[in-house]
Amino acid sequence: MTVPSSVGIVAPQRARFDQPVTLQSGAVLPGFELMFETYGELNADRSNAVLVCHALSGSHHVAGVYADQPGNVGWWDNLIGPGKPIDTRRFFVVGVNNLGGCYGSTGPMSINPATGRRYGADFPVVTVEDWVAVQARLADRLGIECWAAVVGGSLGGMQAIDWTLQFPDRVRHALVIASTPRLTAQNIAFNEVARQAILTDPDFHGGHYYEHGVVPARGLRLARMMGHITYLSNDQMGEKFGRQMKQEKPGYHYEAEFQIESYLRYQGDKFTTYFDANTYLITTKALDYFDPAAAFGGDLQAALARAKADFFVASFSTDWRFAPERSREIVYALLHNGLNVTYAEVDCSAGHDSFLLDDPYYHGVLGAYMDRILR
Amino acid sequence: MTELLGRFDFDVIARWVQPGERVLDLGCGDGSLLTFLRAERAIRGYGIDNDPANVLVCVRNGVNALQFDLEQGLAGFEDDSFDHVIMSLSLQTVRHTVVLLREMLRVGHEAVVSFPNFGYRRHREAIARGRMPVSETLPYQWFDSPNVRFFTIADFEALCGERGIAVREAVYFDDGEVVVDDPNLNADMALYRLGRA
Repeated sequence: MTVPSSVGIVAPQRARFDQPVTLQSGAVLPGFELMFETYGELNADRSNAVLVCHALSGSHHVAGVYADQPGNVGWWDNLIGPGKPIDTRRFFVVGVNNLGGCYGSTGPMSINPATGRRYGADFPVVTVEDWVAVQARLADRLGIECWAAVVGGSLGGMQAIDWTLQFPDRVRHALVIASTPRLTAQNIAFNEVARQAILTDPDFHGGHYYEHGVVPARGLRLARMMGHITYLSNDQMGEKFGRQMKQEKPGYHYEAEFQIESYLRYQGDKFTTYFDANTYLITTKALDYFDPAAAFGGDLQAALARAKADFFVASFSTDWRFAPERSREIVYALLHNGLNVTYAEVDCSAGHDSFLLDDPYYHGVLGAYMDRILR
Repeated sequence: MTELLGRFDFDVIARWVQPGERVLDLGCGDGSLLTFLRAERAIRGYGIDNDPANVLVCVRNGVNALQFDLEQGLAGFEDDSFDHVIMSLSLQTVRHTVVLLREMLRVGHEAVVSFPNFGYRRHREAIARGRMPVSETLPYQWFDSPNVRFFTIADFEALCGERGIAVREAVYFDDGEVVVDDPNLNADMALYRLGRA
């Protein structure tokens, strides 16, 4: 047994694609760039490649740290590295920032070649299907004909599902974690309030705020604060913050008094320093639109009939954003198609965010599944 | 709990399962029955178990494990989606016995169930002495037993008759050996192939 460790210092790479891409909306991008990182070595027969898809606020920086930013740890570093559940001594792991992102891949902050100005609101709405289509171009570029596995949590899990539908022969295993086959009306409602917060911010300027030298920070902050409420469980919030106050006595004012208020304000403020509001809008729309069953009259089983991959599905008991019931829907649709599927329902108090934590059973069963892939 | 009795019941079950069948094992434990049936009959199998430790072992063994709570029933499974639905030595641990048997026969063309026989001679003797039986097939003390239903072979067969469940085949065992004579007294375990009447 070796002690799990970090992949260490990593460096992002940029891939430029000059062929135009037609998006699901019909919009055409003349070309695009994707930021990505890789960890581990691609083996001789190129059979050990794992794609990690990010969720709402994630990026290509999945594991390790940057030489000049030792505190900037990859967002899924507890899962990926030497001796970790996705073991980089055996797998070649690829993280990619999705199209429309704000971490260097082509997105609203990029220069629109047609105007010479930043895209801003002119950047087309992209979908989960669009992301997967351009991820496939990156796979081509890296010489990966078939992924050993495509892994994603939450919105990342939607991408893993879509890989098995859009490219059934290019993915052997899909790991779909804390995800859902479609958003509920309640999910879309939360997204809509977040979008309204951004769209109605006076600094939004129709999405062209870059030219005004401002960002719609108030709106983005509110969106993130609300997001955080949905990522945690009621129990977890109670344990972590309860009704604790910063002062002993109420101040009868509107400054942050309860610890939960401080937490949300801090998270909201922090988010506005590194995330782009237009990317937030696009990403929430991608979430809302994803519904592979829609083209099959709502029949998820019929929608998944194209898939050939083996699946690992996991959910978390206190996740009310993408509840275990949603994962079970996926599981039933898969098994009724005769596909191999493993389903773990992890007892964890941390709500939707559980998928980013290192619960021993969660990481144990995921690691055992990954081990099996290379056997 | 299958490990308690070794594989003598597995051989019988394998005989009842045709090559290439779809098999659902309720309370699959470490997945050893599904592994056995895959090797012997090339089945496509799924196992349900709500214990994380069992799910983990199944994943290691390459068994399709689904972490569902059986008390929630089989409502998510479509009619006739499996050839055989198996419940090995766990029927006595489930509260809603009749509902579960009906569900097994809705989801599967046939059901296979086995259970420890509370009417076994040594169990009766224990009761006659005034104590609850503890044996190979009933290895628990009354206060820590996972069993919630206590019934004999005769009870079970009467239930099947009353509820329109066809007993297609039955094999009775005592300590792994097949019992023919008065199984309700001489068998410590019973194994059934059930169908819709």
